[in-house]
Amino acid sequence: MARLDADEDPVSLSEAPARDLNMIEAINEALGIMLERDPDVILMGEDIGFFGGVFRATAGLQQKYGKTRVFDTPISECGIIGVAVGMGAYGLRPVPEIQFADYIYPGLDQLISEAARLRYRSAAEFIAPLTVRSPFGGGIFGGQTHSQSPEALFTHVAGLKTVVPSTPHDAKGLLIAAIEDNDPVIFFEPKRIYNGPFDGYYDRPTKPWKGHPGAKVPEGYYTIPLGKARVAREGEALTILAYGTMVHVAEGVCREKGVDAEIIDLRTLVPLDIEAVENSVRKTGRCLIAHEATRTSGFGAELSALVTERCFYHLEAPVERVTGFDTPYPHSLEWAYFPGPVRMGEAIDKILEA
Amino acid sequence: MAKVDAEAGGNRPRLSLHVPEPRFRPGDTVDFAHLQVPEAGAQPRPDEACPAAETNPLCTDLIRVLGSDNQAHGPWNPNLTPDKLRLILRQMALVRAFDARMYRAQRQGKTSFYLKCVGEEATSVAATHGLDFEDMIFPSYRQQGCLIARDYPLLEMVNQIYSNRADKLKGRQLPILYSARSVNFFTISGNLATQLPQATGFAMASAIKGDSRIAAAWVGEGSTAEGDFHSALTFAAVYNAPAIFNVVNNQWAISSFSGFAGSERTSFAARAIGYGIAGLRVDGNDPLAVYAAERWAADRARSNNGPTLIEFFTYRAEGHSTSDDPTVYRSAEEREEWPLGDPIARLRDHLIALGEWSEDQHAEMDRELAEEVLRTTKEAEKNGILGHGLHHPFHTMFEDVFEELPWNLREQSEQAIRERKIKWPD
Repeated sequence: MARLDADEDPVSLSEAPARDLNMIEAINEALGIMLERDPDVILMGEDIGFFGGVFRATAGLQQKYGKTRVFDTPISECGIIGVAVGMGAYGLRPVPEIQFADYIYPGLDQLISEAARLRYRSAAEFIAPLTVRSPFGGGIFGGQTHSQSPEALFTHVAGLKTVVPSTPHDAKGLLIAAIEDNDPVIFFEPKRIYNGPFDGYYDRPTKPWKGHPGAKVPEGYYTIPLGKARVAREGEALTILAYGTMVHVAEGVCREKGVDAEIIDLRTLVPLDIEAVENSVRKTGRCLIAHEATRTSGFGAELSALVTERCFYHLEAPVERVTGFDTPYPHSLEWAYFPGPVRMGEAIDKILEA
Repeated sequence: MAKVDAEAGGNRPRLSLHVPEPRFRPGDTVDFAHLQVPEAGAQPRPDEACPAAETNPLCTDLIRVLGSDNQAHGPWNPNLTPDKLRLILRQMALVRAFDARMYRAQRQGKTSFYLKCVGEEATSVAATHGLDFEDMIFPSYRQQGCLIARDYPLLEMVNQIYSNRADKLKGRQLPILYSARSVNFFTISGNLATQLPQATGFAMASAIKGDSRIAAAWVGEGSTAEGDFHSALTFAAVYNAPAIFNVVNNQWAISSFSGFAGSERTSFAARAIGYGIAGLRVDGNDPLAVYAAERWAADRARSNNGPTLIEFFTYRAEGHSTSDDPTVYRSAEEREEWPLGDPIARLRDHLIALGEWSEDQHAEMDRELAEEVLRTTKEAEKNGILGHGLHHPFHTMFEDVFEELPWNLREQSEQAIRERKIKWPD
């Protein structure tokens, strides 16, 4: 049972008519709303202009808002991010797109050394209010150059916020909040669930978003605050901490196995909703952490440490991690790599048996 | 297959790797005869709105105004008033006096680090006068002259260098990595060339908003090898951004000579040709030529004719920083034999030749400036020097990481304050 924390959002969602959208449509709508509301918002990235982006997230926006608000860039991630930092210093709110998260590395220095520290090093004389959008994660046969999940790199850097939506509803509200935020935000879009809530069962037909509670997207403007997790499913037996695609994998496993797990969709890794994590783990006494990224030094390691530090006396079993393997994403063996229902099912059994 | 290759290889010349080597090492006699120093005033001055290709010959030439006769020559003569010339002279001399005092302060243990710009004062002071005050400067770490040219308070600079309780950057930045929004001077990064794409972005933003401000960035010749340099120029060229890229070619990047940034094959200004943007190679020790070139590029950018790459050909007369010892890697004669002279001496002699200045006035000015700097440092020392306790309160360490303090920084801030009571009981 997915539950939307509508009552916790600053804008009540009940009044706005909602339609079923997929995540791409929700992101497109968020970008359109911000282009409309704020003349300082500009979009840029490879192929995002006339063509509307390789995933169509920016489709129609250049036609509507013009070439100086939405434009294509050279193939230079360092340039895209560096230019966005300068635009932010001027007073714009750039929303650069990095076509795949795997390609963010040439822009890393501008993110890590520049965007992240601009406010700090200038004592807030200059800020970099940019929102870097980038599709991430595997499960689309993207091989080792179109499937990576580099979120942990960014959570390690002081000054960056990292956001990962798991539903169209959240994608829209979180993206608007990210664009309005005065800190640099990395907005990772789980591309496996752009068009449907993938539950990890790769050998079954994928469902579309239509009909999913998380696909109900209110019209118009609303935000979901950064740093606020969502209880995706209430339960008593154990807590599963997840984000992005893995929220749906967890939901699928719990459904299949009839496990009474509480699933916390973190939504933002930095700032982290530590209260939601603590409350749930203290209630259930057991904790499983799920992410697609490689295991060693992944964000799960941080979560595990936090849970152990802060909830140790409530724990009845060791914290478990379900993650990708410590290898690059293999093209032909991606379903062997993906942390799907089998890996998660075993981990749940282990926790419950402990 | 391998066998055939091996046989064929028998006749092939052996490949060899070229590792650049500077002309002179310590102990060597210096001879700068290989440097082409053209006559002052001999370089054509194309219209600011000219097609970029018209500047191509100027990318390998050297724009000069002040001749050996101490007079201004040719079409690049900016015809500045004597008052303006005296102002530029005074500010360059102030930069030198400031550098001398701050270098000493570092040796006295009042700060950890300092970088002088001796010999390069024109590339910052005169260049800044070529811009409008509203134009945003994206400096590297040797452009203290830009701040001084915009009358930024010396006291703020010393407070920053001492990281004391009055340092408005809250003691976070390495000395000399200033930030001064009030005079449109962007915060300096220690990572090289990162300011170049940022300057392009600022210029693009200004163009998007239909503003009239332009951006001017400074970078050392060594840092042109960074990827950011090429990203910045690509973007600037693609979007015709109103930006100026000043490459200060002072011949040395710590101990690596300019050959390691590619100067053996062509000039740094010539990189403009490949991007299809305007390029100028300028005598960086000629304040009039520096001013004129920067003004030309600014006018060009402001009238939507696009970016310019300027190479200021100059010489780093001192070490890279207080941590450097140039006597280990370069000839001591280089500085004395540098054929383009000293920018302050050249402007002084020009003003004297014009009858607008005298040796006595110059000596009196130097005395005044030294006193002004000394007075300022004494004033700054009341706010503390590095490591002597008069710093910002601990909680400021956690501010400005984000706009708002998240829970983890709140907790860590409380920890730092707890530790303080143990480490430094009052």
